Amino acid sequence: MDKNEIEVDIKVPNQTRYLSLIGRIGEDIARELDRFDGDRDMLAYHINLVLTEAMVNAIKHANANDPDKMVHVYINITDQDLLIRVFDDGQGFNINSIPPPDFDQLEDRGRGIFIIKQLMDTVKYEKINGGNMLEMTKCLRCCA
Amino acid sequence: MNLKTEEKNEILIIFVKEERLDAHNSNDLKGKMQELFEQGKKNILVDLTDVRFIDSSGLGALVSGFKNAISHQGSLKLASLQPQVKSMFELTRLHRVFEIFGSTAEAVENF
Repeated sequence: MDKNEIEVDIKVPNQTRYLSLIGRIGEDIARELDRFDGDRDMLAYHINLVLTEAMVNAIKHANANDPDKMVHVYINITDQDLLIRVFDDGQGFNINSIPPPDFDQLEDRGRGIFIIKQLMDTVKYEKINGGNMLEMTKCLRCCA
Repeated sequence: MNLKTEEKNEILIIFVKEERLDAHNSNDLKGKMQELFEQGKKNILVDLTDVRFIDSSGLGALVSGFKNAISHQGSLKLASLQPQVKSMFELTRLHRVFEIFGSTAEAVENF
């Protein structure tokens, strides 16, 4: 493991009360990056946000609000790249079938995946080991 | 969720006293706005001074309040957004929907 690489692997109950905990961990990691020379506060906010959106997706949609299930989050961050994986045990969905929000129609919902896609460079959702994994990456060096 | 309300010039001001407005607590704000419009309040101002973080659920709660205002012939406006919170309105184009003011005092003068 590179000495500037940070890896976090955490499991929390499938409940929205843990969103702030995971989001805060993401923010703290962003502030620890020695060599990142972009807007650190913006990066911290964006990591917090994509982690929150991905977890809500797992909690509400994939794991169907079942409080006995767990959400597994993996974060790997270097000076160059950010990788986030959020695992769920639910039925899954086709991420490519979710349309972007219609900006002329005011809907309460439907902005979560759009936000993730706007802030990250790659986003995929696939079946893995009997569950699903939402994987997102962001190039930090090229966007700095 | 910690919400403080205050009435000024027939405008009901809701101060969201939380650092995060997210999927965990946004339903409380949504319910509060709905309750106030159903009680007959016409003008609601949501002050977001303390909110450092908003997600799509928080934005959705405010959109719900905005639609509720329209259906009750009222209005919903926003004040005191922190820069990163404001950037989320811009990312989702919602800055074109809401009237957003720099301060509660400024917003109160513009109802």
